[in-house]
Formats: sequence, C-alpha cells, structure tokens
Amino acid sequence: MKIALLGNPNTGKSSVFNLMTGLRQQVGNFPGVTVEKKSGNLKLNGEEHIVTDFPGVYSLYPRTKDEEVVYNVLTNQQSQEYPDIAVYVADASNLERNLLFFTQLYDLKTPLVLVLNMTDLASKRGVSIDIEKLQTYFPDVPIITTNARIGMGKERIIEAIKNFKVQNRTKSIIEAYIAVDKENTKEQAIEATKRFKVLKEIVKQIESTGQSKTDTFSRKIDKFLVHPFWGYFVFISVLLVIFQFIFSFAAVPMDFIDGTFGSLSNWTSTVLSPGMLNDLISQGIIPGIGGVVVFIPQIALLFLFISIMEESGYLARVVFIMDRIMRPLGLNGKSVVPLISSAACAIPGVMSTRTIADWKERMITIMVAPLMSCSARIPVYTLLISIVIPEHKVFGFFNLQGLVLFGLYFLGILSALMVSLIFKQFLKTKEKGFLLLELPSYKNPRWSNIGINIVQKVKIFILDAGKIILAISIILWALASFGPGNKMQQAEKNLKNNSEFLALSQTEKQQQLASVKLESSYIGILGKTLEPAIQPLGYDWKIGISLITSFAAREVFVGSLATIYAVHDESEENTRLIEKLKNEKNLKGQKIYSLASGVSLMIFYVFAMQCMATLAVVKRETNSWKWPMIQILYMGLLAYTGAYVSFQILN
Amino acid sequence: MSSLAQIPTGKRVIVSGIDNSHITTKLLELGFIVGTEVEVIFSAPFRDPIAVDLNGAVISLRLDEAALIQVENIANS
Repeated sequence: MKIALLGNPNTGKSSVFNLMTGLRQQVGNFPGVTVEKKSGNLKLNGEEHIVTDFPGVYSLYPRTKDEEVVYNVLTNQQSQEYPDIAVYVADASNLERNLLFFTQLYDLKTPLVLVLNMTDLASKRGVSIDIEKLQTYFPDVPIITTNARIGMGKERIIEAIKNFKVQNRTKSIIEAYIAVDKENTKEQAIEATKRFKVLKEIVKQIESTGQSKTDTFSRKIDKFLVHPFWGYFVFISVLLVIFQFIFSFAAVPMDFIDGTFGSLSNWTSTVLSPGMLNDLISQGIIPGIGGVVVFIPQIALLFLFISIMEESGYLARVVFIMDRIMRPLGLNGKSVVPLISSAACAIPGVMSTRTIADWKERMITIMVAPLMSCSARIPVYTLLISIVIPEHKVFGFFNLQGLVLFGLYFLGILSALMVSLIFKQFLKTKEKGFLLLELPSYKNPRWSNIGINIVQKVKIFILDAGKIILAISIILWALASFGPGNKMQQAEKNLKNNSEFLALSQTEKQQQLASVKLESSYIGILGKTLEPAIQPLGYDWKIGISLITSFAAREVFVGSLATIYAVHDESEENTRLIEKLKNEKNLKGQKIYSLASGVSLMIFYVFAMQCMATLAVVKRETNSWKWPMIQILYMGLLAYTGAYVSFQILN
Repeated sequence: MSSLAQIPTGKRVIVSGIDNSHITTKLLELGFIVGTEVEVIFSAPFRDPIAVDLNGAVISLRLDEAALIQVENIANS
C-alpha cells in the first residue's frame, strides 16, 4: 500500500514520518523534478507499506516546485504516486489554517486519516479540541491525536491504517467544489476565502480557547534573538562555534581517516602481486575512496548544527534577520544556510538551496556557493602559506600566516557577495521573489530526527560526490600511469642508466622513478602543454600537472606535488615537501615558489571551480548543463585574472 | 485605509482586503483572510521584514508583501 504524509510545514510531519519508519528511509527525487522525496517502509502484519513524506504545503495550489509535486499527485488519481491512504498531519494549536488543505483533499475525495499532532503544545497554549464534535464534520475520516515529538501516538496511527475502510464521500465541505486550475489565482482566492468561512465556524464549535493563544515563551526568546544588536551577536557567536567544530575538532577523525587509507593503500600494494591491477587499486581506487570519506566528519558536524538550528526553530529567525541584508545582493534570507554549508563543502550547500522558493534567488545562491572557501581548499592554502609566507608577528599579536589564511576566506566571501550582485543584473524573472515564512515556536530538538537527517545528508554526499570523485580519481590515475608509445619506458631506462641514480637509496630510487614516469605520462604532457598558458601566472608545468589532477578534489594538489617532486612524506605537516618546494628554482635561478607565484596560486584556488563533483550537483539541481558551464567559465576567468594580476604586481 | 506595511509594532488591526498579485493565494492560505485580526509583533533591523501574529502563529513578510494586505482599525478601540 502507498501511504502519503501530507500537511502544512512545521506541523511535526517529519517527526510522524520518523516515528512510522525509523531508520528505514530512502531519499530520492520525485520523477522528473528535483524535489526531495523521502520514503520509508512500514511493516504491518507481514505486509510492507511504503510511506512517502510529501513536501509541507499550506494549500493545494502550487507556487513553488515542491508545491507543484503535491498538486500534480493529488489531483491525478492515475498518478504513480497517488496514495492509497493519505495521513494528514495537522498542528492542533492552529486548526483553522491547518484544515484548509485538509478540506481541499476531503473534497477531492482523497482517502484520509487526520492526525492532530502537537496536542501538548496546543493545551499549553490553552487550546482544547472536542474530537467527537470534529468527527461529526468529517464522519468517514478516522481522527487521532499524537505527540510525535515525544514519540507518542505511533500505535494509534498504525491502528488507523490497519482498520482503514474505503471512503465514499458524497458530501463536500463547500458546494460545487472544482479543483481550480493552478494558474487561476482569482478563483483560488475565492475558494480559499469560502473555505476559511466554513472552517471558522467549525473551529468555533469544536475548540475552546483559554485566554490567549499566544506562545509567550517564544515571544520572550524572540525579543532577544531578533534584537537589532543581540540577534546578530548570537548568530555570529553560533557561527564561530560551528566553525570551531568544523575546522579544529573535525581534524582528529579526519587525520585518522587519512592515516587509515594511507596504510591501507600501502598494505594492498605489498600484498597484491605487482602490476597494473595493484597500481589501480592501491594508487587509484583506495586514495579515491579515501578522498571522499575524509570529508564525512565535517559534513556530519555541519549538519548536526544546521539540524539543531532547524529543529529548535532558530533557523527561521536567522532567515528573518538576514533577509534584508541579503536582498540587495539578489539573495534571500534563506541563502544564508547554503552559503554557510559551502564553507564545509559546496555539495550539501547547493543541495540545501531547494528551500528557496524564488527561482532567481535560488540560482544566484547556487552560482556563488562554490566561491565560499570549502574545506578541500585548506590543505592547499596551508601548504602554500607555509612555503611563501614568513612566520612573522604583526603588531606583536597577529600571526601573519594566520592573517593570510583569514584573508583568503574573506576574499571568498566577498567575491561571493560581489558576484551575486552581478548575477542579479543579468538574471531576469517575471515575478519578484518572496519571503512569506512561518516562524515556528521554539522547541527542544528531537535527537532522533537530527540523527536521521545527518545520516541522510552524509549518504547523499557519499553517493553524489563519491561516484564522481572516485571516477575522476581513476581517470587521473590512468592518465598519470600511461604515456604515449614507449616514452615512459624510455624515460625509466634513461634514468636507470644514470650513475647518480644508481647511488641513491632504494626509497629515493623509487621516488625518482615515480617522478620521471609522471613527467612522461599523459598528464605530464598535458602539464607541459599547459605551461605557456600558466606562465604569466608564475607557474611551471609541474604546477600545471597539479592543477589538472586537483580537478577531482582540490586537496589532491598537495599529493600531486609530492609525487612530482619525488618526496614521500609520512609526516602530517609535509615538512619535507615544504623544504623542497622552498628551494625549487627555474632555469634562470629564480625561486619558483616565490611570494608572487605563491600568492597567485592561492588566489587561483580561491576562485577556480576545481571541483567536478560540485559541477555535477549543480547540473542535477538546475536540470541543465548551462549553469555549471557558466559557473566554470566565470570562476575560471576570475581565477586566471586574479592570479595574473597578483603575480604581475608582486613580481 | 492603510496597508499592513504601515502599521506600527504592537498595534492590532483587522484585515480588510488583499491586493491581487502573484502571492495572493499564498497570503490567503496562511490565513490573511478579511476579518482576521493581525498584530505586528516585531521587525528585523530597517523594519523589514516584519513578523505578525496571525491566530497565534508568527508569520514573517517582507514590507512589499505586507503592502499587499489592506487593514483597518478594530472598531471601538
């Protein structure tokens, strides 16, 4: 059986969903659209039922893509997704508004179960509901009460589904109901007004309200959290805590993952017999998987915080106080979360833009999100900083290296905002964006909801980004392991005949060999072909190779340089690589990693769209290659010019 | 007659009409129905967006969205 969960936003619908399905959930898309479809299994009497959590909407009539899905499914009984039972979750403390969509479904003859949720909150606000009387208005619909947040009411829902009887409705709530055309806003307005008139009467009959429905507790907190000064103070503090966790505390598990995959690849290379398969597994696949897994701690932590903010009701307040600031840039208060997420990884950032209803505001957010410095840039930044930036103290207090790192982050944020402004001029829409958002009352977060959310987000990241990072890792491995004709063998032979080479130790020999092989591989050739184009930025072909390989993920840059310069570095700080790079000179005897070229490279990495996985996600979210193409072009242009200008000035 | 955008914080008024626009249906389904009482309860800096109390729910709107909602004073107050 197909069971649909329907209702307004903020009614605890997802709590009911989690209550019914637990961890047995899948996240996908509704067919043909990028609207998230969460479904899960419910086993009753040995029978499997599929429960689908539909997007929360206030009425049948669509304005956004999410709402369109609900409209399309429920107005078409032939639809693949059309439910056998629709479980309608209503917030008991605001019945009038919550029943609008319900009565529309009732008149559409949808098979319904009505769940009055959050009854605790309702009674706290002095609202009590006469269920028996409510039942007389909807005689064939089973009505139950739950408190899904604290896990109450699961049995009642299951009972209602088990005993569900076919509903043959003859009476409508409003006469001559027509499922009004989704474009006809005039008719819709008339219909909604009619319905509210009826609902007002019903609610008057069944509800006895105490002195006030106001949630005084939330009002008090709001005084503080949307305060012109304290509101921003709290928000900035929250951000600082989040980043502290993401960047400092996540380092522990990340180092562990790095180390584990490092030893795993060493181990496989010794256990398997030498040859191509060995190389593919130990140098292509294992590091490829490692490159995906290493980001999991940061992404999980980020979504831990975002879910807490969302569950508690705080996130809506952030949107509220940020909207006016973001709007002149063509963004929305809701753009804040995607942009913050992108500071860990642009992939979940781009995915979280789905909550932005306005097309233009959503597009701009997607387009600029990858300019926020993500965590894959950190290894690149720190390596380059330790090579070219001296460890000075500025004003006897600030560490110069730290300041530069901060500057790079700041540059990312600044450019994201500036570029938004440019896109705002170019993107055209017929309609103005809108905010219209309910600020839910504050609640204690429910940890199982948060846990499920984190697991889902990590899963999406692994599946989405993982596939691509892994595929590119393998392609790049192949390009680095093979060369045209017997060029590689030739280079190897030449090296082996070299008397200096023979004097080296075993490990040094291997490193030299790897370096020479890479130079004569396809990637080496690509790097050399690229050299004339990147020379004005201060780079040589070795950097060119690393630019290409870091297309899989930016942090690969560091590992590539290590291979090219034949430095095998066990230490975490890359001390030997840094020493080596510091002393690298070009033919004229000038330092290759000078202040000018180092800064130029950093600037390049701030801007360049060096992430295929993000491009793929942008393609999926925008349903066309046009947007990722624009993104790669404009970011490439910014990167090249930025790097060029900084190199020419500093040189 | 004035619009909700002009109402100072803390004042209770009654919805008397909704201008036709692309978000009319949205406003209606949130509960901005003629005859309903609303109160501006707080606003973001620059007084935009504003948050209103509508039957106990807190709804936030941008000023140009609030400008679509016509309101009048509550009789005998």
